[in-house]
Amino acid sequence: MRSPARALIQSAALAFICLLAVPAAFGSDRDALIFGMLLVGPHNDHGWSQAHYEGGRYVEEKLPGSRMIYIDKVNPADRPGLTIPMVVDDLVDKGAQLIIGNSDDMKDGIREAATQHPEVKFIHISGDDVLTGSAPENLSNLMGRMEYGKMMAGFTAGLTSSSGRVAYLGPLINEETRRLAVASYLGARHAWTAVRGKPAEEFKFKVSWIGFWFNIPGVTADPTQVVRNFFDTGYDVVLSGIDTNEALILANQKRAEGSAVYALPYDYIGSCTSAPDACLGVPYYNWGPDYVRIAKSVMNGSWKQAWTWSNPDWKDINSADSSAIGFAAGPALSAENRSRLDSFIADLGSGRLNLFTGPLNYQDGSVYLKTGEIATDKQIWYLQQLLQGMEGASK
Amino acid sequence: MRNFKRHLTDTLLILAIALLFTGLLLLVVGASPLEAFGQLLSGSFGSWSRLARVLNVWIPLTLCSLGLLYAFRSGLWNIGVEGQMVLGAIGCTAVLRWGMDTAAPQLMLPVALLAGLLLGSLWALLAGWLKIRGGVHEIFAGLGLNFVAMGLILWLIFGPWKRPGIASMSGTELFPKALWFPTLEGWRVSPFALLLTLAAIALTAWVLNHSRFGLNLKAVGHNPRAVTLYGLSAQRYMLIAILISGALAGLAGGLQVSGIYHRLIPAISSGYGYLGLLVVMLANFKLLPIPFIALFFAALNVGSIQLPMMLKLDSSLSGVIQGACVLSALLVFGVRRLREGRSG
Repeated sequence: MRSPARALIQSAALAFICLLAVPAAFGSDRDALIFGMLLVGPHNDHGWSQAHYEGGRYVEEKLPGSRMIYIDKVNPADRPGLTIPMVVDDLVDKGAQLIIGNSDDMKDGIREAATQHPEVKFIHISGDDVLTGSAPENLSNLMGRMEYGKMMAGFTAGLTSSSGRVAYLGPLINEETRRLAVASYLGARHAWTAVRGKPAEEFKFKVSWIGFWFNIPGVTADPTQVVRNFFDTGYDVVLSGIDTNEALILANQKRAEGSAVYALPYDYIGSCTSAPDACLGVPYYNWGPDYVRIAKSVMNGSWKQAWTWSNPDWKDINSADSSAIGFAAGPALSAENRSRLDSFIADLGSGRLNLFTGPLNYQDGSVYLKTGEIATDKQIWYLQQLLQGMEGASK
Repeated sequence: MRNFKRHLTDTLLILAIALLFTGLLLLVVGASPLEAFGQLLSGSFGSWSRLARVLNVWIPLTLCSLGLLYAFRSGLWNIGVEGQMVLGAIGCTAVLRWGMDTAAPQLMLPVALLAGLLLGSLWALLAGWLKIRGGVHEIFAGLGLNFVAMGLILWLIFGPWKRPGIASMSGTELFPKALWFPTLEGWRVSPFALLLTLAAIALTAWVLNHSRFGLNLKAVGHNPRAVTLYGLSAQRYMLIAILISGALAGLAGGLQVSGIYHRLIPAISSGYGYLGLLVVMLANFKLLPIPFIALFFAALNVGSIQLPMMLKLDSSLSGVIQGACVLSALLVFGVRRLREGRSG
């Protein structure tokens, strides 16, 4: 009986020492910049959160003396009882001067935390608090123009589909997700009608929403089941709009069973690796360059509040050091389609082609863009409905 | 004094077994147990803001555990506590949504808590009624009602109460600041909720140990058939017990909405109901240890966030420690009972 008791006393004593030692270890001047990263999903999800995590690592690599403290799975289903302002308090205790929140879901929490810590800078990814004027001065928004990536993904799907049925696995419904689903649709329709010369009536584009950014068992629809349903009803290419990789995994299984189906994952450059044979490509975010720019501005005191919507670098959309959005063509994409994709990307970059050009109608038949009208940034950002020709819920 | 000494050795023994077990587990995965335990400790009590976070978990957890104690006293397993908490949150949200546009929204806060209390107790009463009138075992009734409550909250969040233009499981629109339970400046815990919980502990201590009702409840729990000889209705006592149980869980749910999240989210119960069951079991179904065990569990929950941040360890370690505590407690209590049986 003696040894557990002794171990207990020893560990209690040592724990106490740690307790005293911990506060001293932080905020020392060996760190030029400590930045906090709140990831909504796991840091290795092969999707949205991993892309941010790698962006943070990129900052550490490019800015000597910078250090990231990340906390993943920041959502009430994974971490019951945790709220954004609480985690932020903790990161500020640890010396963080810049805090990045990577989920739309963190909007209210980040705003509250930013109000309470005016000396700390905040970035809310994908939000629009700066646009709407509801952000305190130390809060900025950042997003990449993923609609370009989604147009490329949709285009690739439209080129490859033999049934003319392309499906979109959507997360929840809001302005951002409508925008991305619509961009995918425009790319796919363009490939089907303008490039392959097939009749528009033979083309179907369906969107199903699961209810959140990733699967929460018992709460959201199960993405694997939703994708299975797509494939079972004749859709042969699925574009993923959620944070995780279920669509690609299931496409791979279906291929093993003999069906010629494909998927395009989303968010993270390395997503294709889990099932290369089924992967047509992945539109991805490259957060590193923007993060470095913002981290530098915090370090040298030139921080300015901004709402930033970053473009791909059209000279090389896959440049790790300059392009916010990229598209990594997948091993399953044929050589012919790969070159068609390249000229599509070149046309988008030169501005010769703009798919957000009227006539385009909303799903309920009302006019989104008149003939010849080109959508403004705000018209794209605040898209109110899906478009006519798309199947799925708009609200 | 002897009794106290016995409880102290029991507690230390349970803690030692649990920590030893988790420590070995950590060694196996190649992590330093001391560092991990140190992070848990400093992460929960290392600063005022951390302590405030611990208290924010302690409040609903203690309320749920107290509620469970009433049900256990009457011999009922109120597994439905999760659902009762959810219903409490729904009731509170309903009143706050309705009260947002009234002239004095602050007056809505107490009404909202009362609504949570009421809905929680009604949901519990339903489980009790199924047991007494329908012959459905309360464990199954409770589990079933938990699922129904989950369905209900999802439907509300995805349907009638969704944010304008947005269909998302991330919750309802945030309430205006006027409808948040006031906290002290820079301290994220509501003193009112804290006082309410302390009052609930004191009241429960009196009711269970010093009132006639408490004594009768104990008798019902020990032998529901025999109490009829004294003219007591076992069924009525069971219903009242589960009603109180649900009321406290509903109150906890209401506080989660008005004091912590300021909106309704699917995970509003945060699993505190189920965790409360562990607390009460670890307390050996006695009142006195409950606030302390709840504090310990709350500290583990809050401190565990440091594990992934500082040590790249999964925070589910706190769950392992909690589980190990309960298992070793059952072991210690069991061994003691066996020994006492043998010597007596």
